[in-house]
Amino acid sequence: MNALLSLIVVLVLGALAYVGGSVEGLRTLFGVIIPYAAILTFLVGVAYRVVRWALSPVPFRITTTCGQQKSLPWMKAGYLESPYTTLGVTLRMALEVLLFRSLFRNTKAELRSGPQLVYGENKYLWLAALAFHWSFLIIFLRHLRFFMQPVPAFVNLLSDADGFFQIGAPVLYLTDVFILAALGYLLWRRFRDPQVRYISLFTDYFALFLLIGLAGSGVLMRYFFRPDIVAVKELALGLVTFTPAVPVQVGGLFFVHLFLLSLLIAYFPFSKLMHFAGVFLSPTRNLANNNRAKRHVNPWDYPVKVHTYAEWEEEFHDKIKAAGLPMEKE
Amino acid sequence: MAEHTPKPEELSKVDYHPPKKGWMDPHVEFRKGTFCYSALAKNIEYLGMPNPREWQPFDADWKLPPNWKQIILDGMKERLEKYRSFRLFMDICVRCGACADKCHFYVGSGDPKNMPVLRAELIRSIYRRYFTPAGKMFGPLAGGRELTEEVIKEWFYYFYQCTECRRCSVFCPYGIDQAEITIIGRELLNLIGCNINWVMEPAANCFRTGNHLGIQPHGFKDSIDFAVDELEEITGIRVEAPIMKKGAEVLFIMPSADYFASPHYYTLLGYLMLFHEIGLDYTMSAFAGEGGNFGLFTSHEMMKRLNAKIYEEAKRLKVKWILGGECGHMWRVAHQYMNTLNGPPDFLEVPVSPITGTRFENAKSTKMTHIMEFTADLIHNGKLKLDKSRNDHWKVTHHDPCNVARGMGLLEEPRYVINGVCNHFYDMPENTIREQTFCCGSGAGLGTDENMEMRMRGGLPRGNAVKYVKEKHGVNLLTTICAIDKATLPAVVDYWVGGVEVGGIHELVGNALVMKGEKERTADLRGTPFAAKEVKAHA
Repeated sequence: MNALLSLIVVLVLGALAYVGGSVEGLRTLFGVIIPYAAILTFLVGVAYRVVRWALSPVPFRITTTCGQQKSLPWMKAGYLESPYTTLGVTLRMALEVLLFRSLFRNTKAELRSGPQLVYGENKYLWLAALAFHWSFLIIFLRHLRFFMQPVPAFVNLLSDADGFFQIGAPVLYLTDVFILAALGYLLWRRFRDPQVRYISLFTDYFALFLLIGLAGSGVLMRYFFRPDIVAVKELALGLVTFTPAVPVQVGGLFFVHLFLLSLLIAYFPFSKLMHFAGVFLSPTRNLANNNRAKRHVNPWDYPVKVHTYAEWEEEFHDKIKAAGLPMEKE
Repeated sequence: MAEHTPKPEELSKVDYHPPKKGWMDPHVEFRKGTFCYSALAKNIEYLGMPNPREWQPFDADWKLPPNWKQIILDGMKERLEKYRSFRLFMDICVRCGACADKCHFYVGSGDPKNMPVLRAELIRSIYRRYFTPAGKMFGPLAGGRELTEEVIKEWFYYFYQCTECRRCSVFCPYGIDQAEITIIGRELLNLIGCNINWVMEPAANCFRTGNHLGIQPHGFKDSIDFAVDELEEITGIRVEAPIMKKGAEVLFIMPSADYFASPHYYTLLGYLMLFHEIGLDYTMSAFAGEGGNFGLFTSHEMMKRLNAKIYEEAKRLKVKWILGGECGHMWRVAHQYMNTLNGPPDFLEVPVSPITGTRFENAKSTKMTHIMEFTADLIHNGKLKLDKSRNDHWKVTHHDPCNVARGMGLLEEPRYVINGVCNHFYDMPENTIREQTFCCGSGAGLGTDENMEMRMRGGLPRGNAVKYVKEKHGVNLLTTICAIDKATLPAVVDYWVGGVEVGGIHELVGNALVMKGEKERTADLRGTPFAAKEVKAHA
């Protein structure tokens, strides 16, 4: 139900852009105003969310330790999984952000008769997540060719590498295949796995369909329905140099692509997609496991009612005395 | 074992198919054996906490304060502003489901709301509805739902069906820690008086007497005296066991179960033997007679209130540093919270082992050293005379307590010590030990008998791993360095495995330790005869 609804929403939005792009009067809206509004929403929204997180303090150092602590000098410490220094934390975070270290640990537990619990390897989620995120990054960087004149060398290099196998014309980009395959898997997984289906919200499907629509429309344009590339670049350059011209007709598909992108960008601050920034702030990962060596200060610490030794001794005075234990007041 | 607990064959038939109906409509059934009873009013009153009353979870009317909803929402707002962890963990979950089958309660029950992700969604859905623009506007479509009394009942059921073990947090790509969410969820429930007696009674006892069991100072002295007498019978040596001795070098803190419960008691014997043998200048304290802290299972404030006595007593007794015994959540508090809550302990010195001269740099600020670090250092420096063969009747495996593993990273020290004092040690499978260790299923205050079915369900993964090494290597002893484990794992292994005992590591140290002037020993601390020394017999 959630899935169907979000698919319909994305399809309707896409259709809207397709029609909008073909109507002269609406082209400015879809080609200029909405993209600008989306970027503004993204920048303000993301900044707001990150500042909001940052304003909430970290009262305790609650590192999740996934390896041996640093203790005795002759005992080998897990400097990545249980980092003791800032360098260790940086490396741990780098592994997490760049390679999804924690997801790589994923296993699958299966209860067989007996009972016998068996744990199997389960790396597909990790693989799909990695393929999606890295492909997305590379595709994003490849797109810089539309926004920069002259095209920077690294963008050309990246595009060449991405099309290394020189399959077909125009040359097939591997990331295009990877991103669609990965998104397909992530969607399929939400349908197929009963547990994941049970926890999936409308917003989970919405984000996926939005991304599939975005990547799909891009692929269609590149390999099947080529838009007027010169006009696209003019529009893109106009946008980034703040001299937007009223876009000419570059094809409905292009407006679908641009609109879905705008939606995605604008949707970021309101959604779980904020994990891209949040992961850096996660207190279980970005703090060193050096709690006993370095005191952590709680900025909102306040005095509490305790039961002092004096009160304790007073309450149990006779019993302590009878037991012959040392006392402050005999 | 509680009378209604189904047999293992029945309990292990777990249905993992989620119900047809979605989870957003709150519903919870309080079935006997799967929840803990409410806290008695006297305990709540003693601690000065809100809404003491007579009620039970299965009552229709929970007698919540009239403005309960406002209290909860205000409480959430306050905590969102105070804890980055809470705000972040409410925001960034993508519901990938990697955590789902990592939870022992999910594995053992198949209840989808025991998947950490969904347990968190129970509170996230309220957060979205009341604290985010999307949730306020779109409600269920944005994953938000109304806060009703049914939601509170659901929170109660599932936040007291999480042992704060942090295993899910190891697998989460963003490190989202359900323990943190449960801790805050329980804090919120405490604001309207929804708490369980198995947590609040120990907390109240601890606040009053200094320990969970409510043992008064003379009782503390009696049980230590009893242990000293028994050790004299076993070893022929009368050890010194100083209590509240001013000016001692070291204050020794242990969980109260060590001096009042079994099999913890054998660990206590081990400590006393060890300290005597190395001539440690130490003292115990009846006032700081509990390292455990059920405040961790109540609220951050209660944790601070119960923890304060440790530094206070160290200061009063003018010791140099603190040594901590075998305990799980006590060490989560000592390692990750104590110095922040009640420090800095400027009146103490950096712990230095008086026997080896080792400076425990890793504890230079908190000034508290784990006994596993301390003993591993003794063994490494050859300061102990150990006869490993005295543990030959044991084939040992080791259970890493959750808090010590994932809240501290103390993984190798226990293995080093075990290997130093016994000949037969076999680790359980990789996915069930060290940072991936499975909870006993009874931690975080859930180890009560009325909750037995759920405890056994939660104990299934641990029980199963023990069974594996029992069948493969003939393991007959499960060691652990956690008081709650020692109290509750015997039930788990009896239920799922059978024929395996539970004990502490310092019990094994005590067995192997050859003391100066000891009489010939023929049995271990439990009175079990040592294995016959075959080689000698043949010679």
